[in-house]
Amino acid sequence: MSFISYLINGISLGSVYAIIALGYTMVYGIAKMLNFAHGDVIMIGAYVVMTAIASAGLSPLAAVLLAIVFCTVLGVLIESVAYRPLLNASSSLAVLITAIGVSYLLQNVALLIFGANTKSFSSVVPVPALVLAGGKLTIAGETIATIISCVIIMVVLTLFIKKSKAGQAMLAVSEDKGAAQLMGINVNGTIALTFAIGSALAAVAGVLLCSAYPSLTPYTGAMPGIKAFVAAVFGGIGSIPGALIGGILLGVIEIFGKAYISSQMADAIVFGVLIIVLIVKPTGILGKNIQEKV
Amino acid sequence: MMKMRKALSAMLVAAMTMSLMAGCGSGSSDTGSSSGTSSAKEESSDEAVFKIGGIGPVTGGAAVYGEAVKNGSELAVKEINEAGGINGVQIEMDYQDDEHDAEKAVNAYNSLKDWGMHALLGTVTSAPCVAVGEVSKDDNIFMLTPSGTAVECVQYDNAFRVCFSDPMQGLESAKYIGEKGLAKKVAAIYDSSDVYSTGIYEAFVKEAENQDFEVVAAEAFTAEAKTDFSVQLQKAKDAGAELVFLPFYYTEASLVLKQAAGMDYAPIFFGCDGMDGILAVEGFDVDLANNLMFMSPFTPTSEDEAIQKFVKDYEEAYGSTPNQFAADAYDGIYAIKAAMEEKDITPDMSPSDICDAMKEAMVNITIDGVTAKGLTWEASGEPSKEPMVVKIEDGDYAVVE
Repeated sequence: MSFISYLINGISLGSVYAIIALGYTMVYGIAKMLNFAHGDVIMIGAYVVMTAIASAGLSPLAAVLLAIVFCTVLGVLIESVAYRPLLNASSSLAVLITAIGVSYLLQNVALLIFGANTKSFSSVVPVPALVLAGGKLTIAGETIATIISCVIIMVVLTLFIKKSKAGQAMLAVSEDKGAAQLMGINVNGTIALTFAIGSALAAVAGVLLCSAYPSLTPYTGAMPGIKAFVAAVFGGIGSIPGALIGGILLGVIEIFGKAYISSQMADAIVFGVLIIVLIVKPTGILGKNIQEKV
Repeated sequence: MMKMRKALSAMLVAAMTMSLMAGCGSGSSDTGSSSGTSSAKEESSDEAVFKIGGIGPVTGGAAVYGEAVKNGSELAVKEINEAGGINGVQIEMDYQDDEHDAEKAVNAYNSLKDWGMHALLGTVTSAPCVAVGEVSKDDNIFMLTPSGTAVECVQYDNAFRVCFSDPMQGLESAKYIGEKGLAKKVAAIYDSSDVYSTGIYEAFVKEAENQDFEVVAAEAFTAEAKTDFSVQLQKAKDAGAELVFLPFYYTEASLVLKQAAGMDYAPIFFGCDGMDGILAVEGFDVDLANNLMFMSPFTPTSEDEAIQKFVKDYEEAYGSTPNQFAADAYDGIYAIKAAMEEKDITPDMSPSDICDAMKEAMVNITIDGVTAKGLTWEASGEPSKEPMVVKIEDGDYAVVE
């Protein structure tokens, strides 16, 4: 019974990683850059929800919608102010360093506005806990909500990219920016849209993360952000199903490592597995192995 | 292929950079901490005053402690100054923020030293305290930590403490659980990346062998993975633990309580002094803390006259009930006063001479404070006093006999 409980917890943790990893993977796939500020957008989203409920008295649903809108705007703003001028810079490191800078900026702004004290985030998930097998197995409402949200997001996102014009434009830009532009696709607009979607997902991830683990500080997004980046690399960066597989595998390995090997070594095990995967398959589990002519 | 390799190496470099930064990021925040918080600075130094420095986290994850120590020590300083000071000399206090970060604590210590500090009340948390101990030993400046519990906090002879050490807390907790027969099967969860938590845990497990209970699960977590406790709790639950020992700080403990409630697991939770402050976490559902027990040397609900006066004055001044950190700091200032009076110390003596005199004085004084009656010190720096256990009932503290 505890095996099932570990598995469910692993999938739940992994689902949060997967939703965050989507943001990394989409942006990388299309803009070929690593948006390290992504984890901090999560934290901002959680603070928006908390402030909206506590100070403005909004209902949880309205607060979550507000956070999604806020993060979307924030994501587009960050892209246009900090990244767009650098996307064509000669060194790809420039935009990477900028991303790290934006990450610190967001942390420090949050620190300035909300202070460094830990705040307890009251769960906005109305789903009741599920008690199975005569009380032997209890699944928290947040866990159920996280897993369901993850599945819905994956399905909607996949449909969006396959069926909609904007999604097709994204695919085209990720294949070949120059050719896409020649075919009349608004490349900058497509990149901005990618950031908008990624940031909206970050808001959702922030709400789910803080509902399950109700402690909020300006650094809340940093560690999950890094783990999700690992998940994205793990699954094959640039690939949407890869983010899902990478995220869930990472969560399950982390929890199982803790449960069956050593609770101290959880992170070492996770990163150890990552190294092995990258040695065997350098592009990640679902990464495309495109040979480029040099 | 070349391009891909480039991208991959850039990614790995980035990952490494980020993990390096995350390492320091968790504790640092780059806000103007050096400005610190100062108090009673307005009486500037025309006439000689005793300069007492204070260091503790006023912001950051352990801010509840630093804030309490700041308030408690300010209250004591104010009372002493109104009553005529130490041997007729007023006290000036400068309290600096260290954000529970060892490096910032040493910086704060250096700026206090430049200010001309005669004695230090601090630091509040263990890891910074050990770091400051290393430098204050070389300067031979007297330090009295109100709440630094790690053994190493007082490893040099210039350092003393008001609270119990980590091993003492672990030992006393195990004794208490065993002697009161609280449980037969006990699980322990601890932070293996933190000296405070590990110190208590090790002493607890050692003493548990002598007690009539069994440690059925011992699970660790680290600073990088301190949000998900489902595995640790599940293991405790599977092992049939009736009591879970949580020797770590309230921030993580609030998550443990929430996750235990989420999985319908309700053992007795037992913590140490780091648990104090859990009721003050913004937005925390206090119902989760019902029946939570922890070892604390101070209870604001005690009927003792001195404690009642302290609680009343504190509430009037700061609008909140003092916790044990405030009480430790309050007693700490009175201990410094008693030791200074014992040796007739004057402000024109050098900090090093003061330190030498204070070392001798500390083992001779006895304080009737708010954390203990007849509180005395040994030359090792350890206090000698009785432990006490507090239980939270309906969102308030209650003493357990």
